[in-house]
Amino acid sequence: MSGQVSVNSDNATTVLLVGVGGQGTILAADVLAKTAIANGLQVKLSEIHGMAQRGGSVSTIVRLGKRVNSMVCDLGSADYLLSFETTEALRNISYLREGGMLLVNDEAIKSQPVLTGRAHMPAHARERLVAYGAHLVPATELAVKAGSPKCANVVLLGALAAGMSFPLESWEEQIRLKVPPKTIDMNITAFRSGVASVPHGQR
Amino acid sequence: MQLLSGNEAIAQGAWEAGANIGVGYPGTPSTETLENFAKKDGVYAEWCPNEKVAVEVGVGASAAGARVLATMKHVGVNVAADPLFTVAYTGVNGGLVVLAADDPGMHSSQNEQDTRFYALAAHIPLLEPSDSAEALAFTKAAFELSERFDMPFFIRSTVRVSHAKSPVEVGERTEHEVDPAAYQKDPGKWVMMPAFAKPRRLSLNEREAAISAWVDTCPFNRIEPGSKEIGIVCSGAAYQYVRDAMPEASILKIGLSWPLPQGLLRTFADSVDAVYVVDEASNYLSLNVKAAGIPVASFPHPLPAAGELSPRAIAVAFGKEVPASLEAPSDLPGRPPALCPGCPHRTVFKELARAKCIVTGDIGCYTLGALPPLSGMDTTIDMGASVSMAHGFELAWKGKKHRPVVGIIGDSTFAHSGFSSLLDIAYNKGVATICVLDNRTTAMTGHQGNPFNGITLQNRPSREMDIATMVRAIGIEDVVEVDPNDVAATRAAIKHATQNTDDVSVIVFRSPCVLLKGSFTPQAPYYVNADCTACGVCVSIGCPALARDEATGQAIIDPDMCVGCGQCAQYCAFDAIEQLPGGAR
Repeated sequence: MSGQVSVNSDNATTVLLVGVGGQGTILAADVLAKTAIANGLQVKLSEIHGMAQRGGSVSTIVRLGKRVNSMVCDLGSADYLLSFETTEALRNISYLREGGMLLVNDEAIKSQPVLTGRAHMPAHARERLVAYGAHLVPATELAVKAGSPKCANVVLLGALAAGMSFPLESWEEQIRLKVPPKTIDMNITAFRSGVASVPHGQR
Repeated sequence: MQLLSGNEAIAQGAWEAGANIGVGYPGTPSTETLENFAKKDGVYAEWCPNEKVAVEVGVGASAAGARVLATMKHVGVNVAADPLFTVAYTGVNGGLVVLAADDPGMHSSQNEQDTRFYALAAHIPLLEPSDSAEALAFTKAAFELSERFDMPFFIRSTVRVSHAKSPVEVGERTEHEVDPAAYQKDPGKWVMMPAFAKPRRLSLNEREAAISAWVDTCPFNRIEPGSKEIGIVCSGAAYQYVRDAMPEASILKIGLSWPLPQGLLRTFADSVDAVYVVDEASNYLSLNVKAAGIPVASFPHPLPAAGELSPRAIAVAFGKEVPASLEAPSDLPGRPPALCPGCPHRTVFKELARAKCIVTGDIGCYTLGALPPLSGMDTTIDMGASVSMAHGFELAWKGKKHRPVVGIIGDSTFAHSGFSSLLDIAYNKGVATICVLDNRTTAMTGHQGNPFNGITLQNRPSREMDIATMVRAIGIEDVVEVDPNDVAATRAAIKHATQNTDDVSVIVFRSPCVLLKGSFTPQAPYYVNADCTACGVCVSIGCPALARDEATGQAIIDPDMCVGCGQCAQYCAFDAIEQLPGGAR
């Protein structure tokens, strides 16, 4: 990111995870933060609780580096935007920095105004995201193959891991510590399928 | 090294300081603090009905020699303000530390008030951490400082401190022993009647002078020298943003925000060409820096006066170049939070709308009933106001033809302050209809216990209060209990209560929150059959599992989201919504 204008003099890496309440963004953010700490970095993780949890838009920010000041993500400042849903990816697109990595779960979830016929889903969301340079991850499909649609968040974490420099074993160690013991094998399979979903040399 | 949120760090700091007792009322972003404290060894913790009670319990324990942590959100400080203003006079015996968690940006609150003004007004010293490590260190120190200066202490966090995690070094606990034999009666300190309060006011001035003399050496305020051109005074999360956006500037980082370090402020002002103040959703710091006689420079571009700050906002204020960003699309549907599938509150809002009621609302999950398609609320102000405001509406329109007025309040909120409002209606012979949505928990903040479900913070034996019995005990005769999942019964109860215009009526809608562990078992999902006429009535109840087909207008039920509550089927006049076989799942 050298040469680019930044408002973060700490030069930390900013990962913005967005989605819909209940999709597991917080677990994914937690694994990312602990992986960074295990690799000797400082970390700040910021999340919003409360009203936002009842099926509304949610976002979690993880910033990691040798030194980390802020715990928020500004417009044009996310090095990685990991979206668990296509509409939320579009909603947060202005946070992505120029040249940042855009990873999106290839799934659209209708919001309450859409369900009740008061609003419409955005037209051509996938095509627009691809035009922004998105890598679309079939996370639910890969999660079902791994054993449960519930581990779609770990598939997406795998896609993020493919674009970051931490050793994959380091991620897997944190996943093992975080998920229920009975689901470890399933989650590791899900993670690896997420890693494999990102074409080599994507970043 | 542990990755802790600010709230977890405050709980850890209190525990390390030997805090014996924790009290509070849940409220975002403060809630997890007391929950974490309660899980630690050697402590007692309880949820109280409201913040005033919590602080008073804490003051009693402090007078008896215990170290006490009291936790609440910023608006809870309003409720607790009565004892707090006077405890500044009495001072403490055991250290008394009050966490006030502010919510700039109003992620989950009705206003963005700044607790630091309470510190100033009540003469209560206030520490303001900017990350989890400081949250632990400041809280731990606050207990010792509280005892040293004989003053209660505030810890003020904001959502970006309380709910941000960062690595923290944790330590061991130093036990604080409480000895009943050490208690000495001291009415001059503790009985705040005028004869004793007048000299105690002078004592407060002396204690304030003592801490004011100390603050210039307080290790929690510090100058970070940088360029001479720009000096910035800041605190809390905003300090982190300033460090990011203005690495070249000199910074006076304030950790103790009341009383401010007058000497350090002057030293700082003398060391730089211009003093700027960066403050979030408030002018507390700039007002008080000016009051210290220090000219405050204007930003080239004004800082936002409301909402959260960020490094970008500060960079813009100083006229710096900021990163380019893609334009946000304008064609996106909103994604507001909604009542959950199966939520027992839903039918009540639908029926109140059908009966064309004016609804005075309250604070909790059910505030979401204000959003479309239910759009079922006329007012929301503060905890308990639903009941008192319904009475106010009725008084204003007394003797005039008007639509039914209904106050709607949750079980925990009713215990918090709704009951005293109902006492007012009973006492003054008011005529409003009050609906208590008793979902057996304090749902919005994450399912805390309250007096009406008899579940306590540390799972100690309790009593389970009965709302209808309490309401009858104050002389209100028209009280019914209704299962809100029964639409016909809900409709009939609302009709009866709103037609009773001679007296107050109370309906207790009792059904557990579907997210409450052990209280609700999802049933086989419902589906829409070929008889659907696309009338749209079922969709109008606003269940996230229900949608309209964009082409045909017919209803569709998402079988993965449907919990089988059957509310929608009761609204279908064409028997077009049926349950799949399979029973509980």
